[in-house]
This record gives sequence, structure tokens and C-alpha cells, in this order.
Amino acid sequence: MTRNDNDSGGAGSAVTVRGLVKHYGGTKALDGVDLEVREGTVMGVLGPNGAGKTTLVRILSTLLAPTAGEATVAGYDVLRQPRQLRRVIGLTGQYASVDEKLAGWENLYMIGRLLDLSRKEARARADEMLERFSLTEAARRPAATYSGGMRRRLDLAASMIGRPAVLFLDEPTTGLDPRTRNEVWVEVRRLVGDGVTVLLTTQYMEEAEQLASELTVVDRGKVIANGGIEELKARVGGRTLRIRPADPLQLRPLASALDELGITGLATATVDSERGAVLVPVLSDEQLTAVVGAVTARGLTLASLTTELPSLDEVFLSLTGHRAGAPQDTVPAETSEEAAA
Amino acid sequence: MSSATSAKTTTPPAATAGPAPAGAGGPAGISRAGADDGRIPLRSHLRHTGALVRRNLLWIRQDPESMFDAVLFPIVFTLLFVYVFGGSIGQSLGGGQEAYVQYIVPGLMAMMGMNMAMGVGTGFNQDFNTGVMDRFRSLPIGRGSVLFAKIAVEVLRMLIATAILLVVGVLVGFDITDWPGLFAAVGLAVLFGSALMWIFITLGVTMKNAQSVQAMGFLVLMPLQFGSSIFAPTQSMPGWLQAFTDVNPLSSLADAARGLMVGGPVAHDLWLTVAWSVGITAVMAPIAIHKFRTKS
Repeated sequence: MTRNDNDSGGAGSAVTVRGLVKHYGGTKALDGVDLEVREGTVMGVLGPNGAGKTTLVRILSTLLAPTAGEATVAGYDVLRQPRQLRRVIGLTGQYASVDEKLAGWENLYMIGRLLDLSRKEARARADEMLERFSLTEAARRPAATYSGGMRRRLDLAASMIGRPAVLFLDEPTTGLDPRTRNEVWVEVRRLVGDGVTVLLTTQYMEEAEQLASELTVVDRGKVIANGGIEELKARVGGRTLRIRPADPLQLRPLASALDELGITGLATATVDSERGAVLVPVLSDEQLTAVVGAVTARGLTLASLTTELPSLDEVFLSLTGHRAGAPQDTVPAETSEEAAA
Repeated sequence: MSSATSAKTTTPPAATAGPAPAGAGGPAGISRAGADDGRIPLRSHLRHTGALVRRNLLWIRQDPESMFDAVLFPIVFTLLFVYVFGGSIGQSLGGGQEAYVQYIVPGLMAMMGMNMAMGVGTGFNQDFNTGVMDRFRSLPIGRGSVLFAKIAVEVLRMLIATAILLVVGVLVGFDITDWPGLFAAVGLAVLFGSALMWIFITLGVTMKNAQSVQAMGFLVLMPLQFGSSIFAPTQSMPGWLQAFTDVNPLSSLADAARGLMVGGPVAHDLWLTVAWSVGITAVMAPIAIHKFRTKS
């Protein structure tokens, strides 16, 4: 069997998904998903619990067979060439994990051997990966004693032992505290810098923005939007600027002043009196700068000034008109995904 | 810590994992895997199984308590049966405690095989629940490797338990008269035990958690073990029970081991045990491997 040629030439597609369907009994975990990840890029797959993200990753990493549709990874078909496919992927996530009873080094050495490295190579590679992911000191300790962040780093190291061309990260930072999340992001960015193609699933808009260049938003097994991050952000209203004046009495005057500025395309400012802040959606850096300039010009004393990304809920609301994962749909989808896992 | 096992030889890398470019994590390069037909050579199978055996051995080192059953079962059962029942059952055998020692040690050997086999199913559940199995299944290894490695380690545990049984047996008076027969009996017990492992692997893969595997195993094992000729001659049992013990493969195994180790008729029970072992393996191994492959 030979690999399929990529028709798009130079920067071919590392992952191609066409009409992918996966049913669990009566539940449609995936209901006709199309997706394309270009070589060397990071695709973020954003969606709530039960949207089908994990099912997608499991199919792409040959752990699950699709009910219908086609998918290739690095040119290999998930159904017809699973073994070749497994040689070129790395998988890290909620489900694929390291062996907690083994020391970090032993985990990596074992995976090296399972990837057909010689003993010498496997040893060298394990040392190298521990060094790279700053785990050398913990190398001989059982992974069960690792902190959450160390665990994820070991997971990443394990996925990278075989120098995969395509790396699947299934909710790599779910359940981590913000500092540890940052740590993982730094590592993922380094991997991307090395040219690995990454497909990343996440529930956080912020994570997608931090890591991905392109985004596919999924809900209830369907793709509801895709495109460049910036493009999608513009569609959902970009960021929100939160201005908190030191004097709460300035809230309303500030809001009306901003509305009268006449900045092109600027949405109406709203007052969050509970937290004493004015909220202004901004679509571009220029708008942001103009608003901040206007506030400063008024000579107001500010207690805080922050920008916020739209939450997953807001993204969904603006893309679909309904809230992310309405309970009656999410719950059965979740259950069946877990039952099958 | 790893030097003992890992410093022996260095095998050349397989075709897929050629020397990597320098630098920490350079990707394989999507265009590189051209002529890969996806087959896994035998040598790689052995390497994978070896790596997984090593993993299971490290588990034991990490958690030495997991060897308690292999060490304590033979000691406790031998002492218990020899000293509690030995005198009275021995009388019915036409001797005393010494006669019962000759009877029970081969019987316990049959029982060890089964008890050790039971443990094989428990680790899998853990592996599936923690996601380790997903990692294995996303690697380019034969899916049987995980099973074979587990069986290899359980056979090792079985041999340790058997060795301890024999040492304790000799200490309480067991006479080893026929060394080749002894080895043949050990081999037969291991053969039957590893056939049983396929059943427990199937259970381990299908059932939800380790506890239910063990509870289930226990429920099946108790009547099988006691309704056999392992612990006592079956002549004094009621007819319906004798009918059961006659077809119970554990009786065949115990009687064959007895014949091999202390003398007496062997051939019939020996072939029956071999037939059971082959039969169980032929039926259960494909089911176990299938369940294992398709579990998601």
C-alpha cells in the first residue's frame, strides 16, 4: 500500500476528515464532520463536553472505527492503514496516559522500545526527553508522585518519543491550575516550533487562541464554524475591554462618553454596576487603542483595565444562537462516550 | 536500576525508527514513511513483548505485595491441609499424615496454577481505566503483545509459587522420587494454568472493574477446586458429585500430576488435561484477543 498523494502540493494536509460519522447506539457523537489540518499548523477543535471532540481524536488515532466517512492522517487511512498511521502520530490527553506505577524514565524507555528503538537509542531518547521537559530530577520517581503539570509534561514527552509528524492533544490542560496550564502551553508552542502538526481539542477559547492558528468549533457532533482564529474572533466580537474606574460614580458618564466617541464599528458600551466596570467589545487593536486613549484623555483614575476573550458560551451564543451544549443533548452524549471508553 | 536488563545488547533500529536528526523533537517528516507496508516483523513483536514484560516486572518491584499470593498461598495451604486434614484424610488413604502429604502436594500444584491464572485479568482493567491501554493501542505494536507479556509474567509467578510449594512440601515430608516426572507435572500445571488465563483475560477485558473480576473468579473457582480430587479422594463423595469431579479438568490435572510425581496411572489424565488445555486455549484465546482488540 502506498500513501495517498496530497493534492494541495507543498504545504499538504496532515489530517483530512470527510463526512465523519460515529454513532453510539442512538447517539450521534459525530454527525458528518469535515476537517483539514495543514502540515505544520495547529488546529484547535473547540467545543463543550460531549461535542464529539474526544471521539474525533480517538478515531484519528485508530482507537475507534468510524461509523461512516473517511479520515487520513499523514496520508494514511485510519481504517485501511492503521499500523502505518500509528507510527507517525503522538497522542496525549484525557485518555491516553502514562503508567503511574512506573518511573518517568521507565515510561519513556518502554515507549521507545515499543517504537522499535534499540535499547541504547531508547535510553538516550528517554534521557533527552526528560531533559527537554525538565523532568530529569524526577526521572526515577514513580509517575504517581508527580504533580499535575509534571504528569502532563511526561505525557507530552511520551507522545514525542517517536518524533511524530502529527500530534493529537486531547484537552491537554483540562483540570490544571492556571500556572500549570501556562507551563503546558509553553511546551506545546515549542513542539509547534519544531514543525509538528498539532490537532488540539479544548473547551477554552483562551487556550485555542494561545495555541491554534486555525479553529474548528464543534457542537453536538457537527462543525458549526471554522476558519482562522482572527476571523472567528471577529465573527464573535473579538475581545471585551473591561474598564473599572476608581470612582464608581464615573461609570455611567464613562459609558456614555465612549458611545459618543464615534469610533468606527465600536459596539455599545455596557455598565456592569455590580462589579463597577464598563464593558466595551473591541474588534481590533486599533479600536482598543482608541478607547484607551479616550479614557485617558478624560483624566479618569482607573482601578483596573483588562481585556477578556469571549467565553465558550459567548462564542456559541454568537455562532449558533444557542448556548453551548444544552443539557438535554450533552448528557446522553457524554454518557455514551464514557461507556464506550 | 535499569542497567541489569538494558545493558546487554544493542539491536539495530528497525526500519521505521532510523537515527533521528539532532535536536529534541524533530518530527518524523510526513514524507518519510513511504514504503511502509505496516507489517510488524517477528523480531519487533518479541521486542515489544519484552518491553511490556519488563513493565510488568517493574510493577511487581514497585508493589511487592502483589507477590504475596504467589508466596503465601503455597505456604498457607500446604501447612493448613497437611496439619488440619492430613491425619484424618491420610487414614482413609491407608496411611497417616505422611500419606496425605504425598497426595496433597501434587493436588495443590494444580490449584496454584488456577489461583495464579486468576490474577491475570485484574491488571487489564486498571490499564483500560487509567488510559494506559489507549496509549499502547495508539502505538504501532501488535495488540497481542500486551496479552502475551502479561501471560509470560503470570507464568513466572506460577513457577515461583510452584517452587515455594515444593520447598514447603519437602519440609513437611514430601518425597520427590521422580525428578523428570516432577518437571513434567510442573509443565502440565503451567500449561493448564496459562490456558485458564485466556478465560480470565476475557473476564478482565469485559468486566467493569477489578473487584468484579476477582469476585467472579472466586465464585467460579471455589466449587471447581473443592469439587475435584485436589484435596481428597472422590470415592467417598455422593454419586452426583462424583459425576462432576470425574469431568472436572482440575481432577484430571491433579491426578495426572500425582501420577507423574508419586507414581500411579498417568496416561489417561495426562491426555485429558492436555486436551482441556488445548481446547480452552483454542476457544478462549481468539475470544480474548478479539474482545481486547475491539474494547474501546
